[in-house]
Amino acid sequence: MTANARANILSRLRATTIQGQGPFIVPDAPIIAGLELSLEERIGRLQRMLETMHAEVRVVSAGGWLEELKAMLRARTLNGLLYGPAAPFGPALEGAWEEDLPPLVPYIEPVEQCRERLFNIDAGITSARGAIAETGALILWPSAAEPRLISLTPGLHIAVLDAGMIFNTFAEAIDQQHWLRHRMPANALLISGPSKTADIELTLTFGVHGPKELVVFILS
Amino acid sequence: MTKTADAVIFERNAAKALDDGQLRRNLRSAMTTLSQRRRTLFADTEAFEQLRAQGESIRRRALSQLPALLEQLEGRCTANGIQVHWAETAAEANAICLDILRRHNARRVIKGKSMVSEEMHLNHFLEEQGIEALETDLGEYIIQLDGETPSHIIVPAIHKNKDQIARLFHERIPDAPYTEVVEELNAIARQELREKFRAGEAGISGVNFAVAETGTLCLVENEGNGRMCTTAPPVHIALMGLEKVVEKLRDVPPLLRLLTGSATGQPITTYFNMITSPRRLDELDGPQEVHLVILDNGRSSIYGDAERRATLQCIRCGACLNHCPIYTRLGGHAYGHVYPGPIGSILTPQLEGLDEAGVMASASTFCGACEEVCPVKIPFTEILRMLRNEAYAQGESEHDVKGHGYRYTTVEGLSWKSWALYNTRPGLARIGSQILGKLGQHLPMIGPLKEWTRTRTPPPFAPKSLHQLAQERGLDNDR
Ligand code: SF4
Repeated sequence: MTANARANILSRLRATTIQGQGPFIVPDAPIIAGLELSLEERIGRLQRMLETMHAEVRVVSAGGWLEELKAMLRARTLNGLLYGPAAPFGPALEGAWEEDLPPLVPYIEPVEQCRERLFNIDAGITSARGAIAETGALILWPSAAEPRLISLTPGLHIAVLDAGMIFNTFAEAIDQQHWLRHRMPANALLISGPSKTADIELTLTFGVHGPKELVVFILS
Repeated sequence: MTKTADAVIFERNAAKALDDGQLRRNLRSAMTTLSQRRRTLFADTEAFEQLRAQGESIRRRALSQLPALLEQLEGRCTANGIQVHWAETAAEANAICLDILRRHNARRVIKGKSMVSEEMHLNHFLEEQGIEALETDLGEYIIQLDGETPSHIIVPAIHKNKDQIARLFHERIPDAPYTEVVEELNAIARQELREKFRAGEAGISGVNFAVAETGTLCLVENEGNGRMCTTAPPVHIALMGLEKVVEKLRDVPPLLRLLTGSATGQPITTYFNMITSPRRLDELDGPQEVHLVILDNGRSSIYGDAERRATLQCIRCGACLNHCPIYTRLGGHAYGHVYPGPIGSILTPQLEGLDEAGVMASASTFCGACEEVCPVKIPFTEILRMLRNEAYAQGESEHDVKGHGYRYTTVEGLSWKSWALYNTRPGLARIGSQILGKLGQHLPMIGPLKEWTRTRTPPPFAPKSLHQLAQERGLDNDR
């Protein structure tokens, strides 16, 4: 049945162009000049946009972020911090960990073996591959090193971003990070804040099915 | 003329909706807010027009090469490990889903928002087969609890206010306390659904854009339920109408901006989820199987006609609903079909046939608000006028819309023919208007006149025609 469906659909679509209507001539609209901000402005704009969406943003030095992370976690009661040991910051995180912090929980087994744990852990930390200043969004490419659910099931998602990877626009990120030359990841994401909804009377509330909080460390 | 069933139903629904004060208050406040937010985001009208021109040309370029792009999409997806299925009808698409679910022994399915699945009546179909299909988008969850269908394509439960939802949750969700605090209502839903996400055996979603160049399926959402449905279960089925394909990855950013901005005035949604393949060998999560179902269901018949093709440019942002004087007063349910509002008015009669849903094309005042806000510049008024003409086109019709000619009657046909004759013969018109001036008050109300005067008072004819008055003043245009 489906083999026929394919042929039938395609031939219907093709038949029409042949019947004297010809392909539509579609002029490309002029390219819109994108933002062109300096690094500092990009950081500022990203921070502002993310904060509007209720994310918490901390601009820190590359050397000092771990201490700040630890201070932040000490101030909370969390049952654990999920992370990928092969993440770029994995070894540094492990090296810096201390007894009085929520335990580090490495994500090293297939989800089938640890589903329960993933759905019950309070916090997760991932790297961000880049960010978009214009609209305010992080770019995540989950992988074997940093699986998808780290940024989804915990109530608190912490993301670590290198300020040099903040692009003006989404289009610029695609070009400059050469998304087309790479093999696209199984799942790529833009994330602009904690999960939210406005489905009841358009009242905006944060923390629906995804993380309730998003904390972004921008390393400059 | 006698009315078709859909017209009778629509009129009854419309009267009921107009009488429902609560519904009208809910709608008015929501629609005003949505359109204000959109206006604020696109305050720079020049920049917006540039963006819109881009959106339009991207969609038209994609449609101009549709069959080739669909094949390319299929090829790329298959190479990436996504299994592609084609369905000519909703029934076929349902059968494909059922088959996949059966193979996985899946009885509990979690669903992200998908208008195509509404078009397929998938939930109902799966239920009959003993499979629970749970809507997980908060708005969809609310209406599913109440046994309703979406009243809006973006905010499906917008017809309800929080008191109504509070009562609903309290009555239908075991142990849910009664609360009218929106945050608490959200928390109840979050808790209810969390366990379902963990235990879901399959996930079903829609597709906002499918990129042919890379074989990537893009999903736009705020809640994270879409990510849950496409990430947590072992199998993910994505449903798309065949028009959803775009050519290049670089086509996505402008469309994304237009979509989120037009829908809710957001510069971007919380999540933009791009799926290119199932879980790769070394990966620890993500579905082991991803299926893409490409649905026709009448779309290819729309594609064939140059004027009708623009209907397929739609990116389902809902802006035309939010700005429509008819939608904002009636809400979506009155239309009686899956797609309400202006987009429904042009799409539904073409998918289901004028004889089934032709009345939807008449649910317009031709004010053009939809055309003004549509991010991909669909020429609504042209298409609506064409559909109304087709409704009367007997025999072979120019645009061959399914069910065309269903409103043709001999009286009406004759009336218009004589009207044409009358107006193309000055002599006839002169004598005619003199007679009308004297006897017009006693015209028999039949055909279009009967229809027209049903809700209007017939105006009295002037004793002298304009022509006569002009002649008396010494103006003569007849030479
Ligand atoms: S027709 Fe235009 S305005 Fe209406 S939903 Fe589609 S894209 Fe949006």
